[in-house]
Amino acid sequence: MLELTILAPALINGAMTGAVYALIALGLTLVFGVLHIINFAHGSLLMVAMYGVFFLNRHLGLDPYLAIPIMTAAMFALGFGLQKSVISRASHGRDEMILLVTLGISLIIENLALYLWSADTRNVQLPYGFAVVNLGVALVSRTRLIAFVAAVVLSALLWLLIDRTDLGKAIRAVAREKQGARVVGIDVEHIYAMSFGIGVACLGAAACLLLPIYYVNPQVGNVFVLVAFTIVVLGGMGSFVGAFAGGIIIGIAESLGGLFLGESLGQIGIFLIFIAILLFRPTGLFRARA
Amino acid sequence: MGRNAVVGALALGLALAVPLIVQSGFWLNLLTLMLFFGYLGGSWNILGGYAGQFSFGHAAFFGTGAYVTAILQLSLGLNPWVTMLFAAAGGASVGLVTGFLSFRYGLRGSYFALITLAFSEVLRVLATTAKITNGGQGLVIPLRTGLGNFQFAGKAGYYYVALAMTLISLAAAWCIEHSRFGARLMAVRENEDAAEALGVNAFGHKLAAITISGMMAGAGGTFYVQMFFYVDPAIAYGPAMSVESLLVSIIGGMGTVAGPLLGSIVLHLVGDLTRKVLANAPGISLVLYGVLLILILRYLPNGLIGGARALAGRVGLGTARSGSTG
Repeated sequence: MLELTILAPALINGAMTGAVYALIALGLTLVFGVLHIINFAHGSLLMVAMYGVFFLNRHLGLDPYLAIPIMTAAMFALGFGLQKSVISRASHGRDEMILLVTLGISLIIENLALYLWSADTRNVQLPYGFAVVNLGVALVSRTRLIAFVAAVVLSALLWLLIDRTDLGKAIRAVAREKQGARVVGIDVEHIYAMSFGIGVACLGAAACLLLPIYYVNPQVGNVFVLVAFTIVVLGGMGSFVGAFAGGIIIGIAESLGGLFLGESLGQIGIFLIFIAILLFRPTGLFRARA
Repeated sequence: MGRNAVVGALALGLALAVPLIVQSGFWLNLLTLMLFFGYLGGSWNILGGYAGQFSFGHAAFFGTGAYVTAILQLSLGLNPWVTMLFAAAGGASVGLVTGFLSFRYGLRGSYFALITLAFSEVLRVLATTAKITNGGQGLVIPLRTGLGNFQFAGKAGYYYVALAMTLISLAAAWCIEHSRFGARLMAVRENEDAAEALGVNAFGHKLAAITISGMMAGAGGTFYVQMFFYVDPAIAYGPAMSVESLLVSIIGGMGTVAGPLLGSIVLHLVGDLTRKVLANAPGISLVLYGVLLILILRYLPNGLIGGARALAGRVGLGTARSGSTG
C-alpha cells in the first residue's frame, strides 16, 4: 500500500488541491482573523463566483484563467457592497449578529442559485482539460499545476498588499485596536468594507482556478466552508503564511485520508483536525500560545 | 398574571379544538410542523437564548435522537414510546460530551458556533458510512399504526403529540426563566466573567443547559421519525435542522418563553404559503427565510417578542416587565 508510486501522486495532488483551499482560506483569514467577522456566506460567495466563471466561459467563450481580473474585480465590488449595505447595518457591530447576518446571506444566495440555475451540477470543458505534466515522480494535470502556481502568486500579492501598503497598514491597525484607529483618523467603516471586499475578491480568483478542476452546483460552497474554517484555525487567525501552510496540510491530509479510509470516511479527518485544533491549540499551529 | 392566564387558557382551548374544526390535511400538517419546530427551537433556545451559547450544530442532538429511535425499533423491536426515553438520553449524552469538550476548553461565541457545526458534520459522515445506520440509504421504521405504537393513521394524532411536546417545552422555558438556575444562566449570558466573580459556576451551568437542550432535541428526533417513518444522514445531521432551530428562536425572540413558537408560526406561514403559491419555485421559501432573518436582525434585534414588548412599553400597555433582553 505504501508504495511510492501511489503515495507520491497522492501527496502532490493533495498539495495542489491544498493551494486552492489556501486561496479560499486567505480571504476568510483576512475577514475572520483580522476583523473577527465570521463569514458564513464565504462558501456561497465562492459558489456565485464559480457560476460567474462558468457563464463567462459558456456565453462569451472566455477562458477561466483570463477571467481572473474580471472576477476578482466583480467579487470585490460584491463584497464591498454587502458589507456596507447589509452586514454592517444589520449586525449592530456585534460578533454573534454578524455570524447570523452572513448565515442569512448564504441562505438567500444559495437558494436563489437553486431557483435560478437549478440543482444541476455543471463544469467547463477546456481543450487542455486533460493535459498532464510529468513531474518525475508523478503525472499532474496541467490545470492543477496552474492552480497551484497561481495560488502561490496570489497569496504573495495579498501578503504584499497587507504588509507593504498604506491600506494594509490601516487594515492591521483596525484589527489591532478599532478605537485607536478611529482616533488617528482611519475611516473604520471604510476599512471594514475594503477588507471584506478583498476577502471576497480572493474568492473570485479562487473560483477561476477551481472551476477547471472541479464542478459547480448551488451547494458547492458547503464543501469548502468548513475546510476553509479549518485551515484558518489551523494556520492561526489572521496569519497569511499560516493559512497557506494550513491549506497545503489539509489538502494532503484529505488526499491521504481518501487513500487510506475511502472517499466518504476520508472527509472526517478534516473535521476531527478542526475540532482538535479548536480545543487544544486555538491559536493555530504556527503561533505561540498567547 | 391574571390576564396572561386567561389568554393562555383561551389559546390552549383553541389549540385543543383545532383538529375538530380543521379537516384539511394541508393545514393540520402545517400546524403540526409549526408546533414541532416551535418545540425544536425551544430546545435550542435554552442553550442559545438563555445561556447565550449559539449552537450551529443542533442537528447533532436531534439526529442522534432520531437514529436511536429508528435503530432500537429495528434491532430490538422496542416500543416507540420507550425509544423516546433513549432518544432523549442519546441527545443529552451528545450534549454533555460536546458541551464538556467545548466549555472545558473555553470556547465562546463564534468558536462555539463553529465547533458545534463540526460535531454535527462528524456525526453526519459517521452516519453515512456506518452499517448500523444503513449508510446513506437511511432507515425505514416498520409501519404499525396505533396510539400504543406512536403511529397515527390521521394527522390529528401527530398534532396532539406535537402540541403536548410544545406545551412541555414552554413550561420548561417558563420554569427556567423563573428559577435561580435560569437567573444564573442569564447572568452567564450577559457577562460570564462577572457571573463567575459572583460565585456562579459558569461551566456547570452551561453544561446543564446544553444537556437539557440536547435531551429535548433528542426526544424531538423520535417525533420526527414516527411522523415520517424515515431517517437518513442528511435529514438527521444536515444543516437544515440546525438552521431552522436557530432561525425560529431568533425571529421569535431569543431568551423568551414563547419566542421560538411564535417564530416557527411566522416562518412556516411565510414559507409554506409561498411554497403553495409558487409551486414551481424550489428554494424560494428559504430565500424568504434569509430575508426575514436579516430584516429581523436589522430592525428587531430582540425578535418579534422583543419588538412587541418595546411597542407595548412605548404605548404604555407594558405589564411592567422589561423582559430579558440583552
